[in-house]
Amino acid sequence: MAAVKRPPLPVILVANDLVEGEVLFAANNGWTRDVRAARVASDEAAALELEQFGAAQASESKVVDAYLVDVEIEAGVPVPRHYRERLRTLGPSHRLDLGKQAEFHI
Amino acid sequence: MYAYDEFDRQIVRERVAQFASQVERRLDGSLTDEEFRPLRLKNGLYLQLHAYMLRVAIPYGALSARQLRQMALIAETYDRGYGHFTTRQNLQYNWPKLRDTPAILGLLADVDMHAIQTSGNCIRNTTTDCFAGAAFDEIEDPRPTAEWIRQWSTLHPEFDWLGRKFKIAVTASRQDRAVLKGHDVGVRIVRDADGETGYQIYIGGGLGRTPMEGKLIREFLPRAELLDYLEAILRVYNLEGRRDNKYKARIKILVHEIGLEKIRADVEAEYASIVAASPKADLREFHRIQAAFDAPEFADLPEVSRKLEQAQANDPDLALFVEHNLFRHKHKGYASLTISLKGIGQAPGDANAAQMRAVADLAEKYSFNELRVSHKQNLVLPHVRLDDVAEIFAVLKAHDLATANAELITDIICCPGLDYCALATARSIPLAQKLSRHFGDAATQKDIGELSIKISGCINACGHHHIGNIGILGLEKKGAESYQITIGGDAGDQFAIGELLGPGLPETHVPEALDKLIAVYRRERRQGETFIETYRRIGLAPYKTAFKEIADAFA
Ligand code: SF4
Repeated sequence: MAAVKRPPLPVILVANDLVEGEVLFAANNGWTRDVRAARVASDEAAALELEQFGAAQASESKVVDAYLVDVEIEAGVPVPRHYRERLRTLGPSHRLDLGKQAEFHI
Repeated sequence: MYAYDEFDRQIVRERVAQFASQVERRLDGSLTDEEFRPLRLKNGLYLQLHAYMLRVAIPYGALSARQLRQMALIAETYDRGYGHFTTRQNLQYNWPKLRDTPAILGLLADVDMHAIQTSGNCIRNTTTDCFAGAAFDEIEDPRPTAEWIRQWSTLHPEFDWLGRKFKIAVTASRQDRAVLKGHDVGVRIVRDADGETGYQIYIGGGLGRTPMEGKLIREFLPRAELLDYLEAILRVYNLEGRRDNKYKARIKILVHEIGLEKIRADVEAEYASIVAASPKADLREFHRIQAAFDAPEFADLPEVSRKLEQAQANDPDLALFVEHNLFRHKHKGYASLTISLKGIGQAPGDANAAQMRAVADLAEKYSFNELRVSHKQNLVLPHVRLDDVAEIFAVLKAHDLATANAELITDIICCPGLDYCALATARSIPLAQKLSRHFGDAATQKDIGELSIKISGCINACGHHHIGNIGILGLEKKGAESYQITIGGDAGDQFAIGELLGPGLPETHVPEALDKLIAVYRRERRQGETFIETYRRIGLAPYKTAFKEIADAFA
């Protein structure tokens, strides 16, 4: 199988919780819903590890649609470079009372 | 309204049970994601940007008070207290959990509703005029025909896995309020020279990546022949349509590639063989359905309501509402009343549970228990007495639902865009909100008059941007959101696809760009001319020049 093209480093792993549908980020231990606690992979080996974790969790039917997202580190916190992925870390931009932005006050 | 019989109920219940077991098997890991995805899509369940999304079918946009209350209950119990009405006259919940969907579908089944065929490559919800059964200009109520099509197309074994989705719209009026020519098949109810009622059939319309205007394939089809003829169209499409490329798989591409004459010949040939092989089509089922749509018992009322006139004289807000949100009814003393889900600065098409309940109560009390959802993402009380309008208005006002802007510039059609939709390339709701505020002042709106803005968050065009008088398409340009603006689109009888004005603009510049376009209209308009009429008369050039100023300033 051809190698899947990875986004530029550093990256985090994003997925949806199978049961809830909620967006999750791979953390140091399991998953988190708060991007600030996401595990950041800064080298190829760490990115590969994240990817493998995602695939394993998907095959165990914990999550769906796991993929790596490239981020920048701002004030120590990973922020996706692309606006689509940034929205996924927050929630609908016109409803600040909903989603992670409301839950985590980010 | 049509009421489910035991067969309808059984189909829906069995489907809920089947999906419940599929969800179970997905949750315990015996179904993989690849196996489960097509199954959930068959039941209207998508995975979106932040969560799952459940799309509930509202056949031809008709709802009873009880059904809308149930939708409010679901919104509160299993979602975040609101729902989104779509341009396909359906309702979407944005936050359901997978494990709750069987229960939600169960609650829907309790009120004869479901989410079957709201996604996937099958025949989708048949849509119609939001004033169906009430409009002064209709030949007959189009809902029996739409229901007839619904029954035929529900779980139709031959058309369950088409090359792509397939959308049908029906109208019975001279004025097209159902975007007939923007559908795979458009059905217009007409009378021939002998006074016989039948159908005029359009084929191959559609928006999306390759917008096309539907073409007339059959001038007059006797009523009894409708389903066989549709069957012939679907069969030709199913056999001949492309499957190698999903963007070329809609029937519009087939019509475009082989030409109208050829597809007409193919359909007629297929139709002849269907007719030869089956018993003569009859109208028994149609008449059974039609009987279920018996018109309510309207009272004999005077043409004008003194009561309403007096109330209007005392309340300018009410007068404005009456001016914009009432539509002429076929019965004297009645009107169809549009409940705008486009409050100034609100997300178009969203309603919360309390609002749904309030509207349900109004339908029960004032509109023979009937409601409609419009493709413009508003709600309609189809049959209200003019005498009752002031009371209804007061209730609407208390629930933030009394915005007097039907057909005006703030009556914006807008898809969910990147605030919810996984396919989106840009957000659409915040721009709709911004434009709504920008033009929200009543005097401004009155001066601009009838003007449709339609916004989509990607090329799929759920927000009908191609056929907006002003259309806005959100794209990605150099890593940022960018909005392309088109002008001259028309959803109605003078169906037209809008013309692109120039390069995309950032969200911040869109209001100013629209100001420029409207300034051209204000300068050029003749007495009584609407925005689109002026455009048709003077053409694209002056608008392009005006737009260029903004585009250049930005570039
Ligand atoms: S037009 Fe695109 S962004 Fe909008 S709802 Fe449709 S698919 Fe999603």
